Amino acid sequence: MKTFKMGGVHPEENKISTNAAIEQMPLPKQVAVLMNQHLGAPATPIIAKGDKVKVGQLIAEAQAFMCANIHSPVSGTVNKIDVCKDIVGLPKTAIYIDVEGDEWMETIDRTPDIKRECTLEPKEIVAKLKEMGIVGLGGATFPAHIKYSVPEGKKAEYLIINAAECEPYLTSDHRAMMEHAEEICIGISLLRKALGVPNAYIGIESNKPEPIRVMTETAKKFEGIIVEPLVVKYPQGAEKQLINSITGRKVPSGKLPIDVGCVVSNIGTTFAVYEAIQKNKPLIENILTVTGKKLPSQHNYQCRIGITYNDIIRHALGELPATTGKVISGGTMMGKAISNLDAPTTKGASSVLVMDEAESRRRPESNCIRCGKCINACPMGLEPYLFSALVKNNRIEEAQAHNILDCIECGCCFFSCPANKPLTDEIRLGKNKVRAMMAAKK
Amino acid sequence: MILTAVLVLGLIGIIFAIVLYFVAQKFKVLEDPLIDEIAEVLPGANCGGCGKAGCRAMAEAFVKQGNMDGLHCPAGGEEVAKKVAALLGCTPEISDPMVAVVRCNGSCANAVSKNNYDGLADCAFANSVYAGESGCVFGCLGLGNCAKACQFGALSMDPETGLPKVDDDKCTACGACVKACPRGIIELRKKGVKNRRVYVACRNKEKGAAARKSCIAACIGCGKCEKTCPFGAIKVENNLAYIDFNLCRLCRKCVAECPTGAIHAVNFPPLPPKKETPATGTPAPAPAPAKAPEAAPAQAN
Repeated sequence: MKTFKMGGVHPEENKISTNAAIEQMPLPKQVAVLMNQHLGAPATPIIAKGDKVKVGQLIAEAQAFMCANIHSPVSGTVNKIDVCKDIVGLPKTAIYIDVEGDEWMETIDRTPDIKRECTLEPKEIVAKLKEMGIVGLGGATFPAHIKYSVPEGKKAEYLIINAAECEPYLTSDHRAMMEHAEEICIGISLLRKALGVPNAYIGIESNKPEPIRVMTETAKKFEGIIVEPLVVKYPQGAEKQLINSITGRKVPSGKLPIDVGCVVSNIGTTFAVYEAIQKNKPLIENILTVTGKKLPSQHNYQCRIGITYNDIIRHALGELPATTGKVISGGTMMGKAISNLDAPTTKGASSVLVMDEAESRRRPESNCIRCGKCINACPMGLEPYLFSALVKNNRIEEAQAHNILDCIECGCCFFSCPANKPLTDEIRLGKNKVRAMMAAKK
Repeated sequence: MILTAVLVLGLIGIIFAIVLYFVAQKFKVLEDPLIDEIAEVLPGANCGGCGKAGCRAMAEAFVKQGNMDGLHCPAGGEEVAKKVAALLGCTPEISDPMVAVVRCNGSCANAVSKNNYDGLADCAFANSVYAGESGCVFGCLGLGNCAKACQFGALSMDPETGLPKVDDDKCTACGACVKACPRGIIELRKKGVKNRRVYVACRNKEKGAAARKSCIAACIGCGKCEKTCPFGAIKVENNLAYIDFNLCRLCRKCVAECPTGAIHAVNFPPLPPKKETPATGTPAPAPAPAKAPEAAPAQAN
């Protein structure tokens, strides 16, 4: 079985919602569609207050290069375009839509049959990804049309599909593979065609034997799709680590995967690609895991984007357990604690993780004993303890010289630290300071 | 035996002393002794408030320039300026004494915590990850970067309010805290006669309702103060009032007018009871103390 060479940890997996089939989340009364749900510049609204919209109608357009189109996830009337606070309470622009019925655009194919043939040329596929507002659903929400336009002079050799789902608790990719294997494989074939690569590799951690079996069987029907079981090790699903696991190549510091001939895509994205290209359905829904050790039931939901976290919790659990300590969007390692449950979900959302008070509390911090565990754990080969000291003493240039910007913020150092030092926090602060310093120098 | 050792070592010592003497003569660096004298007079805290790398660098700048134009040691104030002027033989450059003012009133009581932050205790980091415990994106995060930055022990975090507190006597207005605050809450303002100051203790630029949601003492941008001010010192921009300290005459009319108690008047004697009000009923608004946020909680729910 393949794995990456350097570092890594093994947190408790806690995949307790694997057997919960994907349910349809009922429509909320109102949705708030944020204008920056992707990496890059926010999209520009092209509708006004009072306009009637249908499901899948373009409501905000990508005008900058690094940007993605946004479509209405519901049908109804535009209530207002106003400030909306996101999950961490920071104000963003959003389009509020009052839901009325569920009227879809006529162009969208809503039949359940699977459509396999595609006559589009590679360039047309990329153009359609742009039109449909597809972004990477692995967490970074990188606009797909940019990822699949290989720059001049570079060549893609490998298409790697990330189905490692190495984050504890999350099971949305697991369920998607179990229920939509065929569609996913068609999506992968489309991406393979867009890039013109001979083979696509699906990396799945070996703690998911069922999806590995299902995907292997389905992949047999397709040309050039290879399923690669991977060692269970966090962060197996991080882009650079996955490339190393599958191809043995290493992405140099400051370079992109395409520089070593790789393009990595999340499995959730491939399903969205299938729906966009074959069914004309823009990215208006995603699959969210609602899970937590102390919850009475575990769920995987297909939700319209823009529904608030409170709506999801109300439907799934009624109300939060009294002992709730934290609600997290994402997994325990890299997820963000939600401080504002009235915030809407975005394209990149993957879970609502409810953690118990005792489980979520940080352990008390003590002094560094130079044990070096963080160095062993770092999958990027960095020295987290050193960054901690450098950042604390404001020695930002030195931190930069030690490649602090290579940190992928996976949290392995913090996880492994016996002194419970918030190393990842300190490194993130350091990265911000380095970026500020670089901006000031320009 | 001992004698030989003493003689040999003594001789070596003398030879080196002679060599060192000539080397020192040859490579002597001529420095104006005035630099040392001025550096002696400067506070020596190396706070960087003057914009130079430290007090020594400032002393060099003084001597190089020969006068005090454009060079000002905020930490030393008038006293140091006079001494430096005496040494340089020029007229002292004296500017109005300034003081750091915390423009946030999001105390634990006013801006109630809606979540608990347990991450790295650093304001700059907390500011990069989320809005703050009260939900106010403009308010104090209470993790004390300003207090850590202060070289003079003039800033401390008040455990009761969760806000930084400035000791007027110790503050030298060097500006270190202003730079340290990621939210720009601290401002250097004129110290004022008898330390009396009137300022808007809020930086929230949200619309009134949104601002009040996170903090009951927030400026809601209603503009009452702007209309009341007889000197045109108050401007409301982006839902936030700002008092220009160069125009403010400390009349305190705006303080009484502010519906949320966002305008603070400090170090004033208590206001005399208002001109006998016709209604003899509730005496509630009359004894407005120096800080008047207590007037607000009624509207909390």
